[in-house]
Amino acid sequence: MPTTKASQEILGRLTATAEHALSTLRTLGVDHAEVSVGVGKELEVGVRSDEPELVKEAQSSGLSVRVMRNERVATSSTTDLSPDAVAAFLAGVVEMAEISEPDPMAAPPEPSALASGDALPDLDLFDPDTDGIDAAKALELAKAGERAAFAADERITTSEGASFSRSSGHSVLGTTGGFLGTRLGTYQSLVVQAVADDEGGKKRNGVFWTGGRFFEDLDDPASVGAEAARRAVRTLGASKMPTGQYPVVFDKDAARAIIGLVASCILGDAVYRKRSYLAERLGSQVAAAGVTVVDDPFVARGPGSRRFDGEGRPVSRREVIQGGVLSTFLLDTYSARKLELEPTGSASGGGGIPHSSTSNLYLRAGDVEPSALLEGIETGLYVNRMMGFGFDSVTGNFSRGAEGFLIENGKLTRPVGEITISRNLDEILGGIDRIANDLEHRTSVAAPSFRVDHMTIAGT
Amino acid sequence: MSEAHGKPKGGDASSVAAGEAPFITGPQSIDDTLIDRALCTALEHGGDFADLYFEYRRAASISMEDGRVRSVGGGIDLGVGVRVVHGTAVGYAFAESLEPEELLAAARTAARIATGGGAVEPVAVSRRPRSNLYPVKTEVVDVPGVDRVALLRRADAAARAADSRIMRVDASLVSVHKEILVCNSRGAVVHDVQPMARIGVSVVASGGERTESGSSGGGGRFGLEYFDKISPEDHGQEAARVALVNLDSRPAPAGVMPVVLAPGDSGILLHEAVGHGLEADFARKRTSNYTDRVGESVASELVTVIDDPAIEGSRGSINVDDEGEMPREQRLIEDGVLRGYMHDRISADHFDLSASGSGRRESFREVPLPRMTNTLMTAGEDDPEEIIQSVSKGVYAKKFSGGQVNISNGDFVFSLTEGYLIEDGKLTAPLKGVNLIGNGPEALATVSRVGHDYLLSDGMWTCGKDGQSVPVGVGMPTVKLDELTVGGTEA
Repeated sequence: MPTTKASQEILGRLTATAEHALSTLRTLGVDHAEVSVGVGKELEVGVRSDEPELVKEAQSSGLSVRVMRNERVATSSTTDLSPDAVAAFLAGVVEMAEISEPDPMAAPPEPSALASGDALPDLDLFDPDTDGIDAAKALELAKAGERAAFAADERITTSEGASFSRSSGHSVLGTTGGFLGTRLGTYQSLVVQAVADDEGGKKRNGVFWTGGRFFEDLDDPASVGAEAARRAVRTLGASKMPTGQYPVVFDKDAARAIIGLVASCILGDAVYRKRSYLAERLGSQVAAAGVTVVDDPFVARGPGSRRFDGEGRPVSRREVIQGGVLSTFLLDTYSARKLELEPTGSASGGGGIPHSSTSNLYLRAGDVEPSALLEGIETGLYVNRMMGFGFDSVTGNFSRGAEGFLIENGKLTRPVGEITISRNLDEILGGIDRIANDLEHRTSVAAPSFRVDHMTIAGT
Repeated sequence: MSEAHGKPKGGDASSVAAGEAPFITGPQSIDDTLIDRALCTALEHGGDFADLYFEYRRAASISMEDGRVRSVGGGIDLGVGVRVVHGTAVGYAFAESLEPEELLAAARTAARIATGGGAVEPVAVSRRPRSNLYPVKTEVVDVPGVDRVALLRRADAAARAADSRIMRVDASLVSVHKEILVCNSRGAVVHDVQPMARIGVSVVASGGERTESGSSGGGGRFGLEYFDKISPEDHGQEAARVALVNLDSRPAPAGVMPVVLAPGDSGILLHEAVGHGLEADFARKRTSNYTDRVGESVASELVTVIDDPAIEGSRGSINVDDEGEMPREQRLIEDGVLRGYMHDRISADHFDLSASGSGRRESFREVPLPRMTNTLMTAGEDDPEEIIQSVSKGVYAKKFSGGQVNISNGDFVFSLTEGYLIEDGKLTAPLKGVNLIGNGPEALATVSRVGHDYLLSDGMWTCGKDGQSVPVGVGMPTVKLDELTVGGTEA
């Protein structure tokens, strides 16, 4: 993997710390340990009314471990990497395992199942220029975004501000099973929040953002600000719509939230803990035939991309739902054992209790333009924002607050707010009858816009 | 706050814990000279205000799955945040260490916000005494691991024993000993020890074709004595009860109808419908629907809402806020009229008011923001039974998984996990989980009955804002709203 000299130095130092910690833990008599050591840098700035509101700059470091002794597990973490502190910390974790209880299922992966640290793919996740973005430049970017919002529409009366942040991280995961892998990555984003005044003292806010692993991939601040303004003013005068059953079109932000709920139900943890309505559905139809959901850790510059999982296993691309059929869960070692299935290399993090997790999970794009989703809808709802936590993964019951637009005769006619949309997720996935072609890998869970044949809307 | 809430008044200055944090005791303890030097460095380019926030957090957690300890965890987090305020601009940096050179480096970084100004002298610091709202004999975090495991085992056993349809039980116990030392350029140096414990039990029940879940949780700034009042068995049985109720639940109605909120947990409605909108950063930025509305009617005249930081043992209580201010009770809405906002240092200076002690932060890595502590509606005079009897068709809302608000337009939602249909003045069928939506001032204008049965919710709520989580409390009597939108599936 091509890295800068500075990165190599950091990774070398972290590797030494990880190896030292592993050898200390062996001396302390553990049967297994995973150690993750990392350092990070971050800058966050905010502006409001063209003035700086926040400049925050920091560096952090951390060591986290999971140890097993006599089938008992303990985890802990510390930010103090000085040798004396690390020695005391590790002794404390091993002692902590004593109060745990033997759990044969918690055994680590066989060494033969681990990825080879030398043969890991380069996923292009680190922008060597990110750390060089200083506060002055960050403030300029944020100001440019906010100014564009005010310039775009005179109805923008105030702003919740604009912010730019960048972060970079280097880390090393090592296990007593013999795995040693390095990770590094950067991320930067610009957010603009514009506010317009509405009737009755209500305000309408519009939020838009751009972000990515590489600075060069970000949208320019002017377009971000203008879109934030557009999103605020288009909701002016929003009101309820009549209670009833209607077809619903989710824009890609709202669609992503729905796919995020699916993600929470296909994770091994949720399945073995009986917290998923999909628990007994492997191999059966769980969505409309056009629905394919993919988990892909290899997306170049992807926000959720990873070279290995949190236990040091190799990762791979999986079609979780294939043509509507549930083909696999995403499993770490523990959940796989509980379910008597093969692990999928989906363990999160490293050094803590591993959990099953997604990498880049997305709904595969369809082939129609987003506007085609509205065609043929006499009266319906276009949803672009949802609120609340109204989802029960055990039953699939879904009921959330929503905002968007009324669809009349295939066109968006007026803004709608203060309503709820409800239906069981199982039925929602079965009711997806059109998927658009506007998928973007801007977030680790992503989806194109799609249409659902009907949902219940509670309004007037 | 009136005594009508039956709240024990806390406070015994003599019971303040001495503290174990390395910035308080031992070779790394921070003396006034170093505090002064760091504050001088922070203000070396000018600025109106600077503060140092030292934090020590020792946590211990256990999670139990199906009667077996899945993991034990814990650890220590330690560091200091340095903030420089220049007008409404904030420079912030932190160090994950108490080394003087790292503290001073953070102070220099934070100081850069105020370039070009001359150095400002901080007021000489003095240690401020405080009373203690959470005197705790034995902190849960200090209870031996085997005894903490035993607490979870009791919860697990009680849930299982409740009914043969209980097929899975998960339980967890998280305990924290947190200490802060807040030092600011107006001369305050305040130390606080903030214990916290939270137990959670969640169960899955299966009957016929259906699988449903239920949960229960509680705690607060209590020690082990919490479990004398509410036992692990209580939480196990409660979680089981909710899951079993939900096995019989039927689809909820959709549309606008009267909603009766049960006492206690329903306070989440206040937190979302009015609380966030009254945090003064939004009023300062003019982005909240409650901006410029002090003195106006924003609710039915039956509604009085208070943010009270001083309820002994409550999860949201604080002896001192995270800016070193002594928190005061805030009367937010009195008889339906908006009385004021919750302020941190920056918004208080902006509005030329004294800070209300509402500045809170998640950790030394974050800037303080105006936040709620314990948000309550005071008791009314109505009989709770009669309130239910006054509804011919509506919903009785009892337990919730959470809520959210859109600050700008005031729309709020909260998600019901235990609710019942009210038909002809009686609770009838349990309802499937459903979302309720309303608009803050519009919904509160429809409050037509307020019960005399004020109840503080058992401590389980965590509030998120700008990515920062802080523990909060809520409380409420039985309340009837004549109109709220119920987001069921039965149109």
